[in-house]
Amino acid sequence: MTEPASLVISGIGVVAPTGIGVAAHWKNTLDRRAGIRPVDPATAGDSGIRVAGVVSDFDPADFVPRRLQVQTDRWCWMGLAAAEMALADAAISDFDPYRLAILTAASEGGNEYGQREIQALWRDGPRAVSAYQSIAWFYAALAGQVSIRHGAKGRCGVAVADAAGGLHAAAQARRLLLRGQADHVLLGAAEAPLSPYALLCQASLGRHSTAGAAAGAYLPFSEQAAGWVPGEGGAMLVLERAETARARGAQIYAELAAVASTHDAHHPADPPPTAAHMAAAIALALERAGVTPGEVDLVLADGDGNRRWDALEAEALISALGRRAADVPVAVPKTLTGRLNSACGVLDLAWAALALFHDVVPPACEDLDGRPVIAGLDVARAPRRDANLHTALVFTRGVGGFNAAAVLKTAGGPS
Amino acid sequence: MSRRVVVTGIGVQAPGGAGADAFWARLVSGRSAIRRISTFDPAPFRSQIAAECDFIPEEWGLTPREIRRCDRFVLLALAAAREAVTSSGLDLEGADAGPAVGVCLGSAVGATIRLEEEYVVASDAGRDWTVAADHSLPFLYQALVPSSAVSELAARYGAHGPALMVSTGCTSGIDAIGTAYELIADGEADVMIAGASDAPISPITVACFDAIRATTARNDAPETASRPFDATRDGFVLGEGSAVLVLEELEHARRRGAPIHCEISGYAGRANAHHMTGLRPDGIEMSEAILDVLRQARLAPGDLGYISAHGSGTKQNDRHETAAFKRALGPAAAQVPISSIKSVVGHSLGAIGAIEMAACALAIRHQVVPPTANLTTPDPECDLDYVPVTAREHRIGHALSVGSGFGGFQSAMVVSALAKSRKEGIA
Repeated sequence: MTEPASLVISGIGVVAPTGIGVAAHWKNTLDRRAGIRPVDPATAGDSGIRVAGVVSDFDPADFVPRRLQVQTDRWCWMGLAAAEMALADAAISDFDPYRLAILTAASEGGNEYGQREIQALWRDGPRAVSAYQSIAWFYAALAGQVSIRHGAKGRCGVAVADAAGGLHAAAQARRLLLRGQADHVLLGAAEAPLSPYALLCQASLGRHSTAGAAAGAYLPFSEQAAGWVPGEGGAMLVLERAETARARGAQIYAELAAVASTHDAHHPADPPPTAAHMAAAIALALERAGVTPGEVDLVLADGDGNRRWDALEAEALISALGRRAADVPVAVPKTLTGRLNSACGVLDLAWAALALFHDVVPPACEDLDGRPVIAGLDVARAPRRDANLHTALVFTRGVGGFNAAAVLKTAGGPS
Repeated sequence: MSRRVVVTGIGVQAPGGAGADAFWARLVSGRSAIRRISTFDPAPFRSQIAAECDFIPEEWGLTPREIRRCDRFVLLALAAAREAVTSSGLDLEGADAGPAVGVCLGSAVGATIRLEEEYVVASDAGRDWTVAADHSLPFLYQALVPSSAVSELAARYGAHGPALMVSTGCTSGIDAIGTAYELIADGEADVMIAGASDAPISPITVACFDAIRATTARNDAPETASRPFDATRDGFVLGEGSAVLVLEELEHARRRGAPIHCEISGYAGRANAHHMTGLRPDGIEMSEAILDVLRQARLAPGDLGYISAHGSGTKQNDRHETAAFKRALGPAAAQVPISSIKSVVGHSLGAIGAIEMAACALAIRHQVVPPTANLTTPDPECDLDYVPVTAREHRIGHALSVGSGFGGFQSAMVVSALAKSRKEGIA
């Protein structure tokens, strides 16, 4: 049996509260420029969510023709922008349309568009509903629009597993490439959760921060952790076999060595009694990647920001990594952006790939500096350069019990 | 080496058929389950009919707590899953099934009914853009993010393996079962509870399809309104329902003496990269998906004993699909019986792909092709054997199901009677 092909990330597109485009995103990450802002009170209503990660300075017209803007929600604009930038970054010019797959994750669909059209229906009657509501609201809108915009005729997929969905899309991308059913996969997600009804729905879970100011609102693993901050935006990645990337002289950010997932199978909202199944996802990803706990140089953590959930994550990391858990830097750059729901995992994959590529441990927001954190973890605050990184672990969890982990490695020698 | 995957349990909640046996009897009868919408007043809408399930959650053992917590699409899935798992002989409820059992459920639109109902409360019937939390349910997050359905199933069966929802619009059902099939084939799980569910019969969904005139307005004659491949067809009829299958690795099923209905022998998806709702008449991308599954299953076109068509009953779909069959199958396209069960159970968006896979498994079991109801005026543009009106006994070793949906997605899957599957040769 031959060695399974190595799969690599050769393109990254980001539209996040940390910036638009991979260069701006990475620079702002290293500068610890958080994109968390107050939410307009007319939008927030009495949801209790008062701050959020916002993509400022995003003009959809830079990426989406006006004709298409009226047919799509903001999440699609950001997803289309990230997709365009990822493909450009990967510099794939000549591809077989049937061998380019589009695999997205989604959690919330076209929130603002959907609210506007349901309002029109109830206020003004059926004739007031837009002809585009049916293609703007549903969870597959982004995958379909990306496929059409870039002429991709391969498999399209949409994974929904709350915030673990992004890694499920990555797992599906790996399966497709390893099965030889695609040459390139564009995988990713975006979310636009900052409209009134979407915020109300999110607040019903009771896991959001009720802080009124951005500073100190989202402090995962700290003793002051009191909820998460939602964020908008997303990321797209190009994944392909290392041999095809090298053959066309592509830049390679990192190897995506393995993805694994489990489910707590406990309750649709409540925390499970133990972290056993979270740890199992991490252990399985390491095993599939052929990596020992001692080889893990960096963890991109889920960082829920609620104390019970943070404690479970710490328990999972300590259980799966053993003694290594105390030494390995645990990064929560999502404290700069808020939680992007289904795009969490993809943005973390992008951060991990960039961290390996540039050999820097990504920082957390400055608000976390100096605060005591959960014992037994080395939560990274300021960026750590020349960190000698070779292997990164990404761990994400979705509401309802979804656990997913991915392992990335530095991508071999020069092409 | 890819592992072989078989179907060992079937559960269905369909209009006119609660439970797999009642569903099959309804399909074979060719009597359409479409009627005037009963859950809200449809008078203001262009299309006022739908295929509704007479679904009584309590009869399927669902608890008051589940009924309060879950949207209708989740309840339908829980009921279908209970039948599927029970009939598979797996004893999972209240047990810990461990990491070898996973869940993959498809849904196109998730908890639409609950999201709309709660929005109406929170916005004072659409008067206010800023919404108020005063009277809203505590489970709204689970309505917003539909993977909550997967969590409900995983928790009930102690399924700690891979778990996700697949939401690719109207191909969600095939794609969810296809994803589960690949997870087992590639060794990531031994058992997958796989299927799809949608309950889209709500004012906003009806208004959506009104706005693009995708649904028929034959409100005076609901039972004959869904007319796939008929020359007088003029749109689809919205439906609801769920089908869940138990998929299992072949040796795992054999070791425990499980009832094996059929084997999944191929799954493929393509996109037309053309238009979110429009289809080119040539059917080329659906044809590519069909050719791919035939290659995977190592079948010639003439080996197919039945095709479950997408057959939505829109002008463009049925023409597109006929072209795809001809392109992929050549002269054999005219020989194989093809039908659309949407003529009986309507188009339940993401769920229908799983309901149609259940129909394929049952067609293999009974060696009967269910008919296309209401196909009384042949369309020269749809000139294949679409099995009009009356069910037909037929040798079915391999059944193909196809789906086509918004986004331009085209999916295909083949299931095979086990004795005739590719690696064992003809028994």
